[in-house]
Amino acid sequence: MSGGAAPLPWWIDYALLPLANLALALLVAGLLVLATGQSPLTAVAAMAQGAFGSGEAVGYTLYYATDMIFAGLAVAVAFHGGLFNIGVEGQAYISGLGVALVCLYLDALPVWLVAPLAVAAAALFGAGWAAVPAWLQARRGSHIVITTIMFNFIAYALMEWLIVNVLIKRGQMAPETRGFNGGGLLPGLDRFLPLAPTPLNPAFAVALACLLLVWLLIWHTRWGYALRVVGASPRAAVYAGIRPARLVIQAMLLSGALGGGIAFNEVMGAQHKLLIGFTGGYGFTGIAVALMGRNHPFGVLLAAVLFGALYQGGAELAFDMPSMSSDLVVAVQGLVILFTGGLGLMLRPAFVRAFGRS
Amino acid sequence: MNELVSLLAATVRVAVPLILAGFAGLVSERAGIVDIGLEGKMLAGAFAAAAIAAVTGNVWLGLLGAVAAAGVLGLVHGFVAITQRGNQVVSGMAINILVSGLSMTLGLAWFAQGGRTPPLPPGARFPELFGQDVLVWPAFLLVPLGWWVLSHTSFGLRLRAVGENPAAVDTAGVSVARLRYAAVLIAGVLCGVAGAYIATAQAAGFVRDMTGGRGYLALAAVVLGKWRPFPTFAACLLFAGLDAVAIRLQGVVVPWIGQVPVEFVQAVPYVMTVVLLAGFVGRAVPPRAAGTPYVKDR
Amino acid sequence: MRGIDKSFAAVRANRGVDLAVARGHVHGLIGENGAGKSTLMSILYGFYTADAGDIRIDGAPVRIADSRDAIRHGIEMVHQHFMLVETMSVLENVVLGAEGGALLARHLPAARATLRQLAADYGLEVDPDAIVGDLAVGAQQRVEIVKALYRGADILILDEPTGVLTPQEAADLFRVLAALRAQGKTIIIVTHKLREIMAITDRVSVMRAGQMVGHRVTAQTSAEELGEMMIGRRLAARLDKAPTALGAVALAVAGVSLHDGFGVPRLKQVSFDLHAGEIVGIAGVAGNGQSELLEALSGMRAFDSGRITLPNGAIVGPGDPADAAARRAAGLAHVPEDRLRTGLLAGFAARESAILGYHEDAAYGRAGLLDWRRIERHTAALMTRYEVRPLLPKLRSALFSGGNAQKLILAREMERDPAVLLVGQPTRGVDIGGIDFIHRRLLALRDRGAAILLVSVELEEILRLADRILVMFDGAIVGALRPDEADERRLGMLMAGAA
Repeated sequence: MSGGAAPLPWWIDYALLPLANLALALLVAGLLVLATGQSPLTAVAAMAQGAFGSGEAVGYTLYYATDMIFAGLAVAVAFHGGLFNIGVEGQAYISGLGVALVCLYLDALPVWLVAPLAVAAAALFGAGWAAVPAWLQARRGSHIVITTIMFNFIAYALMEWLIVNVLIKRGQMAPETRGFNGGGLLPGLDRFLPLAPTPLNPAFAVALACLLLVWLLIWHTRWGYALRVVGASPRAAVYAGIRPARLVIQAMLLSGALGGGIAFNEVMGAQHKLLIGFTGGYGFTGIAVALMGRNHPFGVLLAAVLFGALYQGGAELAFDMPSMSSDLVVAVQGLVILFTGGLGLMLRPAFVRAFGRS
Repeated sequence: MNELVSLLAATVRVAVPLILAGFAGLVSERAGIVDIGLEGKMLAGAFAAAAIAAVTGNVWLGLLGAVAAAGVLGLVHGFVAITQRGNQVVSGMAINILVSGLSMTLGLAWFAQGGRTPPLPPGARFPELFGQDVLVWPAFLLVPLGWWVLSHTSFGLRLRAVGENPAAVDTAGVSVARLRYAAVLIAGVLCGVAGAYIATAQAAGFVRDMTGGRGYLALAAVVLGKWRPFPTFAACLLFAGLDAVAIRLQGVVVPWIGQVPVEFVQAVPYVMTVVLLAGFVGRAVPPRAAGTPYVKDR
Repeated sequence: MRGIDKSFAAVRANRGVDLAVARGHVHGLIGENGAGKSTLMSILYGFYTADAGDIRIDGAPVRIADSRDAIRHGIEMVHQHFMLVETMSVLENVVLGAEGGALLARHLPAARATLRQLAADYGLEVDPDAIVGDLAVGAQQRVEIVKALYRGADILILDEPTGVLTPQEAADLFRVLAALRAQGKTIIIVTHKLREIMAITDRVSVMRAGQMVGHRVTAQTSAEELGEMMIGRRLAARLDKAPTALGAVALAVAGVSLHDGFGVPRLKQVSFDLHAGEIVGIAGVAGNGQSELLEALSGMRAFDSGRITLPNGAIVGPGDPADAAARRAAGLAHVPEDRLRTGLLAGFAARESAILGYHEDAAYGRAGLLDWRRIERHTAALMTRYEVRPLLPKLRSALFSGGNAQKLILAREMERDPAVLLVGQPTRGVDIGGIDFIHRRLLALRDRGAAILLVSVELEEILRLADRILVMFDGAIVGALRPDEADERRLGMLMAGAA
């Protein structure tokens, strides 16, 4: 790969190349829309309108973006340690249990007390679910990709059993817990700010805080430095006196905890009860968000808003154009992962030819 | 007795797509290409088979379409993994997510039934042969055939070698890329057949995410089978049997134990795989070159 | 082969190389590490393609674009790192790529017969059903040779064939090679061991720095002459070295042994003392335990037996975990052999590479934080003092030239005035000016009272800097000399395990 390693100005590697990959993904998505007999431009217009056209639309977009931020950060933190955490979905799901337990048992308390406890429970349960694959990777060399996939399915089974058999509200068929009361209800942001009523809730603020904290942690602390060294070259880490195994475990715990944010946003912030499958695949979307955001919190923010807009716009699109499915967004997500992740360097040799100094 | 027969019959039915997808994963990984995109390729096969069978009324054309769709995705994975030397896990994930969204999008646009394909009349589903669905036979034949090809043909020898040490294959004058492309194509084709079975034999049409994680289950079977044909087959049968048992256990009170939670039985394959991977019981050693692109430069 | 050119990025590995090998001869190709021998042979074998030049066999020009072409022309290579599939049987490895047809069952019996024949003809005994991974290294090499002959090799290239063999196995190999020559095969043997060249070749060609320096008939030359051709330039002017002021023992190594993950012994009872104010040079051909020694001493790797006494008096034994941070705290600094994957981080900015290993230093920020402004100022100061160009602390480490990257590492490791400095291959891939700079800095550090352990495959470097020379061979220290009593011949003999 002669074009693979040649130096390029930073703005090509960090701006032009990701944008070109994104454009390629969207181009293929456009062709897909064409294949369904619809006009891609009409679809884009409908989605943009649906995502940003009103205060309500923006609220929904940011509500979805909240999940994307947590998921993207979770994947990105693991990536910095050279780990591919496919298990964010399962970790977030288990976190939902923690949030629900806090809200179910403590909702007699005031919300300002319950909410921090719920955040702590979300982080703790998410980290706990990541702990076993982390330990297995660090100490026994079991490949984290496979173990986290397996743990997703174990989480599905466990949660289904818990919700259907243990936590279900008595005398009802729908597999969900009772709705939370009083202190278990996280008020929408529209209660504090002049916004349209939407599920957007303080979890969004927590997500923004996490963005900032992760940025500080990864780029401005000794721990973050050590983690990046482990991810870049485990050998260099050993040389530097860093213990890769320890960092691997810590990074996975943090990753799982961040994934727990999804549960906080969904269970306490939006649904106000625990229901089956509330994670909705956001854990996997995190892979696309992290790849597109190049594992940088700022990039993750941009990518999360983009995907939030896609989700919200996609829902509206299905409304406006009955022959279009909101699942189009899922397909776009797959294309983004393919082009910015798997084929991320495909265009680079061309850029080297065009811009490279020989 | 009747109960046992019906249990066995159910096991066989559930095992078919697992075996097909399991051998797809086996071939790919033995050639050094990690494939977590089995799920997506199967789903693509399921959708293509159901859509084409619905339109043409011909289940065999559906099968052909399934094989073509999943085969193309196999080649996409190959392009990323072999030609572009990209991340194989990322590519597999991309395929899974892409197909999940794509199938629903196309389904809704073409058939306007909320993403489903129209229910297939009996004539557009696979016929039976000797009392079993016709695809059951090739699936079970695949096991000895796959074993024989891997261990008794030149192609199998080269395939196994390229997953362990591609440089040895290269210096022996055999193209690494061509072998690996063959492997991903075979994996795609097998996944296509598995998908067609799910949509046009087990079910009578396509519904959302109808492969239901069987691609990952097949992956677990490959790991549990330590990347070898007969043990992988055994793992597929075991998983299928557990599934069949789980369904029959629903709501049944077993003496001494009480009501067995079905969900726990369903989680057993995943737990077993993790335990094996942890190295406490035996050791699962993947093909040495699996997951790493072949780079010749020093 | 005529006028062969080959470049890898900026490195010209072969420059206008000519090589003529007579049929039925054993031809030696000799040169130091990095002289371009392996590149030349990889071109002949079609693993790389030459940028320029041509190849003729029996006078007819041939085009060798890949290994398949080479095999068709009867050229086979036994690589330094065997190209074998360890999980498969000997027979499967031998027939790989030359199975004879789609069905193995139909062709394997014939292959078995051929193997028996080869065993009888050349004394190449191998068990066709053994799993390659279970075989000893010498037996694996026999499999490689059998594999080559099975494919009908006429011209057999052996790349550093004895590098991994015991003396007994090497003797067996030479017997096989003699038998092959008797049957009319042409053999090219690539090595840097003079003893082997003298023992088994008919003719010899010497390479140095990517060029061919000469051809000799083995019977009409001597190890001395070849050694001089190989090392080439008469030694550059010795540096002005102040006499050593030998201080106390800074690092004591006593009976250190270690095995690698495959149970192969890599260090055997290594013992020596390193005094303050001296440079001890470890000479040896790459792969004789020097890397493992550096790793054991620097805390990158645990060892099986023996003990190491650190400058602060702490003693490290076999039970202790590898802990590079503790070694640094004890006053031990380390410039590793592998610059871009170990010494610094290719994708990181220079200022990030400049704190590798010292990122816990209180000077770099309060509590758990890193103050990049301070680190950047510090890096810029380091870069100025050690003449690292370009002076851009934010530039990606991979974009510095070899010499400048090395100076950055040296700066990092030397600026704290360590009691002991371990240095591996300090000038590999460094330009002449950079070499001189680095050598002067190392001497200055020694004059300030530091103890330096210098591992290098460049004999010239060792002779220039060391106050004492230890020679490593096969994981053990096989000789100790003073520079004034060491000449290339003596060192060469020791390094080749011949003394």
